[in-house]
Amino acid sequence: MLIPCPWCGEREDNEFTYGGPAQVAYPSDPEAADDASWARYVFFRANPKGKLAERWVHSAGCRRWFNVVRDTVTHQITPA
Amino acid sequence: MMREPHPHPDHLWRNPEPKRSYDVVIVGAGGHGLATAYYLAKNHGITNVAVLERGWLAGGNMARNTTVIRSNYLWDESAAIYEHSLKLWEHLSEELDYDILFSQRGVLALVHNQSGVREAHRRINANRLSGIDAEWLTPAEVKAFCPIVNISPDLRYPVMGGALQRRGGIAKHDYVAWAFARKADQMGVDLIQNCEVTGFELAGDRVVGVRTNRGSIAAGKVALCAAGHSTVLASMAGLDLPIQSHPLQALVSELLEPVLHCVVMSNAVHVYVSQAHKGELVMGSGMDPYNSYAQRGSPHVIEFQLAAACELFPIFSRAHVLRTWAGIVDISPDASPILGLTPIENLLVNCGWGTGGFKATPASGWVYAYTIARGEPHALNAPYTLERFSTGALIDEHGAAGVAH
Ligand SMILES: Cc1cc2nc3c(=O)[nH]c(=O)nc-3n(C[C@H](O)[C@H](O)[C@H](O)COP(=O)(O)OP(=O)(O)OC[C@H]3O[C@@H](n4cnc5c(N)ncnc54)[C@H](O)[C@@H]3O)c2cc1C
Ligand SMILES: [Zn+2]
Repeated sequence: MLIPCPWCGEREDNEFTYGGPAQVAYPSDPEAADDASWARYVFFRANPKGKLAERWVHSAGCRRWFNVVRDTVTHQITPA
Repeated sequence: MMREPHPHPDHLWRNPEPKRSYDVVIVGAGGHGLATAYYLAKNHGITNVAVLERGWLAGGNMARNTTVIRSNYLWDESAAIYEHSLKLWEHLSEELDYDILFSQRGVLALVHNQSGVREAHRRINANRLSGIDAEWLTPAEVKAFCPIVNISPDLRYPVMGGALQRRGGIAKHDYVAWAFARKADQMGVDLIQNCEVTGFELAGDRVVGVRTNRGSIAAGKVALCAAGHSTVLASMAGLDLPIQSHPLQALVSELLEPVLHCVVMSNAVHVYVSQAHKGELVMGSGMDPYNSYAQRGSPHVIEFQLAAACELFPIFSRAHVLRTWAGIVDISPDASPILGLTPIENLLVNCGWGTGGFKATPASGWVYAYTIARGEPHALNAPYTLERFSTGALIDEHGAAGVAH
């Protein structure tokens, strides 16, 4: 699988570390968040069969983080 | 005297048309779905049951796993359910009247550093306290138990010993699925292939049936057993699960003379291997890191595990890889399953077995059938709730299990 680093271009996936699904917002009012909403924040992530916004870090390259949208069935990547 | 189990029966199951209604509809005819159907009929007398399968019977992870069976988990909750499973495995061929080639050849987990040695001793002690057989082998004893392992101090990660469960081993995964299927079918369960669940019939907060590509089917209870597709299904009912789907790869060599008589795993060098009854070496390692439903993984994962295998077993260096494949595994946050009731009435879930659920097949079916029949969990699956992610009562088997399978 080739992953397009926005700074280095397409590289083999083993140069990268996976950061999991993207767009996970920290609770806006953490003091007020109950156990169920903490559980959602800590443990629940999107797991679609299809397009997934996700994070990668180019650990064996420029070491920068970025987001892509990847189809989890075809592995086709479109920029986020 | 006990009769020899059937070597390989000619007739396995009918292929019935789905009825319009069942007491219980199980979604997914992998090992867990089939075992659940069997124990529903056998232990609870519930036979008006359908197992719906989108593809062919046991063509998912059940067909793709590397069949390692053991019960030497760290925590009490895990030890209890996996040991119940191992005890069921020990009589399963006779019980199902089908020789599933269960072979207790021993599972040896090698360690390669000081922290690994300490962790292994901790686990051996925990296992013994749970009544599970476990022993420590020195490098020389490793060599005596498995002569083809390289214990040379020149290795980059020399073997410093290993934890052995002699009662662990392997079984033939296809036969296991077919054996459960055949018995469930004989007791009246309808096994329906090419029947994909595409939605749920809901009445308020209650599930009353499923929609499928072969029409709607009413159900008293719906029990999900869909492994890597669990979140896809649950989300159709408006239920979120803390599960991520990843590819897990494995491979086999060509058929070789018997050279390896046990299962060897190494978490640090990261490969595990056994030799199947026919003679192929069966190997696996860790899952691919990214989410996927593609049933294929990255070639470098295979390359790393082969490098590890050749270092530990120099004799393998001239073997050939015949096939590689992947299954989609359902990974939970604490590497333990979610098995039981859900906030939606009459909808039950069994998932999160991830990279290691084959060994749990009989026990998973046993306790899931109990939970479906009684409407409350069995003592063995009571800790495995969905609520534990809110209460914090996790059963954290990450790393604790030595290696993930
Ligand atoms: C490469 C690999 C190696 C492994 N090695 C081991 C090992 O050595 N030891 C071990 O203990 N475990 C191992 N595992 C894990 C083990 O295989 C799984 O935990 C276990 O098989 C999961 O349960 P199952 O058999 O019911 O799953 P599956 O066989 O995957 O069954 C789920 C079924 O649900 C069906 N389904 C999905 N969606 C729908 C729908 N909408 N409608 C109808 N049907 C649907 C699927 O088609 C599938 O047949 C391994 C897994 C893999 C992939
Ligand atoms: Zn880069």
